[in-house]
Amino acid sequence: MHKKQFTNRPGRVALFVTCMVDMIYPAVGMATVELLERLGVETIFPTEQTCCGQPAFNAGYRDEARTLAERFINIFEPLVRNNQVDAIVVPSGSCATMTSHFYTVLFEDQPASPLYKRAQTLAAVTFELTEFLVDVLGVSDVGSRFQGKVTYHACCHLLRELKIDQQPRQLLANIPGAEVVELNEAADCCGFGGLFAIKNAGISTAMGQRKTRNLAASDADIVALCDVSCMTHINGLLNRQAQRCRAVHIAEVLNSQVDVAEREPSVPVTTPERAPRRWQDVKE
Amino acid sequence: MPTAVIDLHAPYQERVDYALNNKHLRTALGRATGRMSVQRVNAMTAVDGEALRDQVRQMKEYVLRHWPALLEQLESNLIANGVQVHWARDAAEANAIILDIARRANVKKVVKAKSMATEEIHLNHTLEEAGMTAVESDLGEYIIQLNNEPPSHIVAPVIHRRLEDIAEILQEKLDMPPTLDPEVMCALARAKLRQEFLTADMGVSGCNFAIAESGTICLVTNEGNGRLTSTMPRVYVALMGIEKLVPTIEDAFLQYQALCRSSTGQQTTVYLSMTSGPRQAGDADGPEEMHVVFLDNGRSDMLRAGYGEALMCIRCGACLNVCPVYREIGGHAYGSTYSGPIGAVISPLLPMGVTNVGKLPHASSLCGACREACPVKIDLPRLLLDLRDDQVKEGEGAFFDRTAMFGFVQTMKSRTRYEQAGKLAGIATNLMANFSGGNLKFMPPPLNGWTQSRDFPPFARKSFREQWAERQGRRRSIQGESLSSIAQKGNKV
Repeated sequence: MHKKQFTNRPGRVALFVTCMVDMIYPAVGMATVELLERLGVETIFPTEQTCCGQPAFNAGYRDEARTLAERFINIFEPLVRNNQVDAIVVPSGSCATMTSHFYTVLFEDQPASPLYKRAQTLAAVTFELTEFLVDVLGVSDVGSRFQGKVTYHACCHLLRELKIDQQPRQLLANIPGAEVVELNEAADCCGFGGLFAIKNAGISTAMGQRKTRNLAASDADIVALCDVSCMTHINGLLNRQAQRCRAVHIAEVLNSQVDVAEREPSVPVTTPERAPRRWQDVKE
Repeated sequence: MPTAVIDLHAPYQERVDYALNNKHLRTALGRATGRMSVQRVNAMTAVDGEALRDQVRQMKEYVLRHWPALLEQLESNLIANGVQVHWARDAAEANAIILDIARRANVKKVVKAKSMATEEIHLNHTLEEAGMTAVESDLGEYIIQLNNEPPSHIVAPVIHRRLEDIAEILQEKLDMPPTLDPEVMCALARAKLRQEFLTADMGVSGCNFAIAESGTICLVTNEGNGRLTSTMPRVYVALMGIEKLVPTIEDAFLQYQALCRSSTGQQTTVYLSMTSGPRQAGDADGPEEMHVVFLDNGRSDMLRAGYGEALMCIRCGACLNVCPVYREIGGHAYGSTYSGPIGAVISPLLPMGVTNVGKLPHASSLCGACREACPVKIDLPRLLLDLRDDQVKEGEGAFFDRTAMFGFVQTMKSRTRYEQAGKLAGIATNLMANFSGGNLKFMPPPLNGWTQSRDFPPFARKSFREQWAERQGRRRSIQGESLSSIAQKGNKV
């Protein structure tokens, strides 16, 4: 995939925040904005944006995906064409793959259509967050602080479609105070896979439990990753298993300025402790 | 009962649940797939693996572009070598042809080298119905034949069994004294199989690849059973899927190298048997007659339907070993002769009568590990996506999917509806989450598939776009209008 080479440092970018961040994890979006602004990049947020259409595309509903792709192109492509922004930044490997790889697939049987060309224009300036920081801005130390044990899970689309792996690892390695440990089978799928997690709930859970077993063995406080979808899956399992480790989006880690002074004692996996919810539940 | 056999024709969900609840199966799979993956990576990095993959890919693309001509070249060279060539449109024709050959030669016992093509057409069943005995001679195949079950992996048929299970099968079926020593088990099977080779009337094998320019059938084995099958009995039949051919001898060794390194992680296998015809006058040994059956069974239709890429598969099994789905459920859950990512692609395209075959293209998280491992660089995730697309085009999408997709697109098409839906979900999920400790522990069907084993977070009380607007408002009061005016311009689309 051809990516634009910048001669001048990009000064202004459009944020495609993704629908999951917008509706479920706004803190990840705010961290992304703050991070970019701290590095001198102005962010604009086109408020018409919704979803890129990946769920439809992955389920085989290409007409529906095309509807949303066209809508997305109509929102973002004019910003690029009119030089209002230099690039589009996405805090998600999966949604960046959809808008920069699979949009061209959606329109590939009509290579003469303007939508195909516009999709290609977008693809050349669409960057996943860590890719943008390291490859475009040339930053490998964002000046954040984090005290604790950090490990990294390589999300599938990010690693195997966008080939992004060194960038997030480099950023994490440069955080003072963070002890970065390698996660066993870090590149194995966590089992999310969109509708797969519901249609094949059993298989998906088994895959995720392998991931959480590896997380427990790593003894990390947090696992950083670049996709909130995988984060939802991993945290869903960790919560249910009452494990101490949590999955955290890399934007929040990179924007973190806190020192976690002392590690909380680890909670044994087998005995989830639940606070009594109602006074009736409290047994004498 | 650790050696219990799964019903391959059970509904998809039943097969999957059976596998997920089978602890021994998952232990065996975890051990073996992990080991084979490591061996493959080592073998592929010992040479310029990328260059090898590119070369094999180019060669397989050439084969597909010149498919009919190469097949005819292979046929005429085989005939020139004294081989009888038969063309089978489908499984029924292939079975009829092989049965006919066996009857004419008055065959009582057939010895078989490991072959997925004969599994695909259920040849053993046909032969046994006609009163003949068919004995599998690959050690793994032999064990599962004793236990009356089909193979669960393209190259390692008994991968779903632990050593302990295999010992139990051999004790029960062959009266083996109790032992966990693989050498003892091997020696026992070897002694039994040697008798079968000596008394068999016909040998049947598949074909790893056939060389068009010389009319040669190549068998790749580690046990030498391929060579015995193709040389000891009076009659030798090779069943060849019509995509399994290479143009030249150099190409054969290119594919051989990719196959060895990708399947078992070996530099070369112990045996490579190349058979170019029956016994000639003056030859000391070899079969009296040799037949090659070209099997189409949906393969040419695959090319026509736009799935030619899957015909470049060399059946090394690398995609199975790295697949996180295969690793959890094994081959039998797919319900097909071909399992794993490549099985999920070709099983719906070949007429094999797999139960719930439409579920297979969805049995993948599209993680892409298979494409990375494939020695031919087949874009398996893309083919799975295309199959899902075909299902929807042919109106085979599940009712739930269709309804959900319609609602999804209607919501996402309009900013107003999207924001309203977000608000509504925010209120509902927060209300529910308040009763279950901050996260959702239950969601209504069909979403309960998620909450059976995983929590789900409530939607944000204040979405990103709301927080963004507030932030912009604060900035406007601090900095004046410059920044926000730019942002506004960007928003007017």
